[in-house]
Amino acid sequence: MSADAEQRTIRCLIAKVGLDGHDRGAHVIARAFRDAGFEVIYSGLHRAPAEIVQAAVQEDVDVIGISILSGAHNTLVPKIVDGLKEYDAFEDTLILVGGIIPDEDREQLKEMGVAEVFGPGTPMQETIDFVRENAPER
Amino acid sequence: MSQAELDLVEDLLGGSHRALARAITKIENRSPGYRDIVSALHEHAGSAEVIGITGSPGAGKSTLVDKLVKRYRDRGETVGVIAVDPSSPYTGGAVLGDRIRMASNVGDMDVFFRSMSARGRLGGLSTATSDAVTALDAFGKDRVVIETVGAGQNEIDIVRTADSVVVLVQPGSGDDVQMLKAGILEIGDVFVVNKADMDGTARTVAELEEMIHLRSNPRKNLDTGHHRVDEAQGASVVNGEQEEEAATWTPEVVETVATSGDGIDDLAESLAAHRTFLEESGRLREKAQTRYAEEIRRLVQSDLSDLVEREFDARGGVDAFAAAVADRETDPYTVADEVVAPVRACLEETDDG
Repeated sequence: MSADAEQRTIRCLIAKVGLDGHDRGAHVIARAFRDAGFEVIYSGLHRAPAEIVQAAVQEDVDVIGISILSGAHNTLVPKIVDGLKEYDAFEDTLILVGGIIPDEDREQLKEMGVAEVFGPGTPMQETIDFVRENAPER
Repeated sequence: MSQAELDLVEDLLGGSHRALARAITKIENRSPGYRDIVSALHEHAGSAEVIGITGSPGAGKSTLVDKLVKRYRDRGETVGVIAVDPSSPYTGGAVLGDRIRMASNVGDMDVFFRSMSARGRLGGLSTATSDAVTALDAFGKDRVVIETVGAGQNEIDIVRTADSVVVLVQPGSGDDVQMLKAGILEIGDVFVVNKADMDGTARTVAELEEMIHLRSNPRKNLDTGHHRVDEAQGASVVNGEQEEEAATWTPEVVETVATSGDGIDDLAESLAAHRTFLEESGRLREKAQTRYAEEIRRLVQSDLSDLVEREFDARGGVDAFAAAVADRETDPYTVADEVVAPVRACLEETDDG
């Protein structure tokens, strides 16, 4: 495990986008990812999709984890996806969504390019393993 | 250089943010080919003004950087920022949290903000950071700001890759003995007392000024190296006193409240004054040359140590030697001699030829 981390450090952006002001979950994920040996960039609260795109491009992250509790995922996530495409960063960035996402919206998000949706109660290890297995080869 | 690297360099020079980001990643990861990339970028770099900012955790560095960058942007300059944060010694993981405070510049792609983690490397981090500066410089940034926690020797090395070094302290950060201690207080060209709306600001400013006053005098008398160098080169520095006077920078102390932006103009002016001093005194060139000398040494040493590792592997690994030493069959000096012998022989052969 640690040998892998030495070979290539996985960089993640944990993004809070939109108006919801609750980021305890994002903090917990950031810490768990850090303890898994990832480099985590946390966006802070109330970010616009363009800011998330800017951060993802400049930091050249492998993974974006978007945390949304407000129900605005159907408007915000597509904007992030489009922004990444604009900078040729969509193809090799793994996009994850976490938070409160109704089942009927999951498929739609995945069609948009989200790799996986992690709802409340997902074991942390499951998320970490998913990132390890699916972080894009570069 | 492979086609992929050529393309990356070309895209970077052409203004692609993605290419710049990817090049820095390759530099950070020490990916194959990163050296070719830095080599190719070197000739395009050299015009950016590089500022290093350090200070203890919580002194307000990120907020200050945000406001300083905003000021440069208002003047139409483009800026690159490299923020270095520590990584966990146990897992290698890190939370890179300085980006949050870049609130004044969000959505402005002409501010290229990049977080770097220490990744547990000591010497290598400063090389990686200065290579990343080269990339931002070649990309065409007018200013590059390096921000790091001034906790240890390694962090000091990083800010010293800058032309001007700003050291941040907050009011009431320790008694006057702290000011006597060696470390980050010795490397500042500009000192900033941030959070200057707090109690104790006047005292901290006075202590810093006293320290600067004390340091400038003894150093002038001790620092005779320049005279000797100048004399050796035949320069006319017989009456060196005035020349020395002119070529000495006395660090300035600036008060700021980064959250409100108070004092940022003073800081920018102080940095501009230091820049002018560096250019007019010829120190800029001198500093760059010293830096490159250190960098060349570091690179050669690291290459040599790779060769040595290979030599160990070829001879069955360092553990076998260690076991033999522990068994008193041989001793560390003999082993070292033995391992280095082929290299020494090679060098002596070339000398003879």
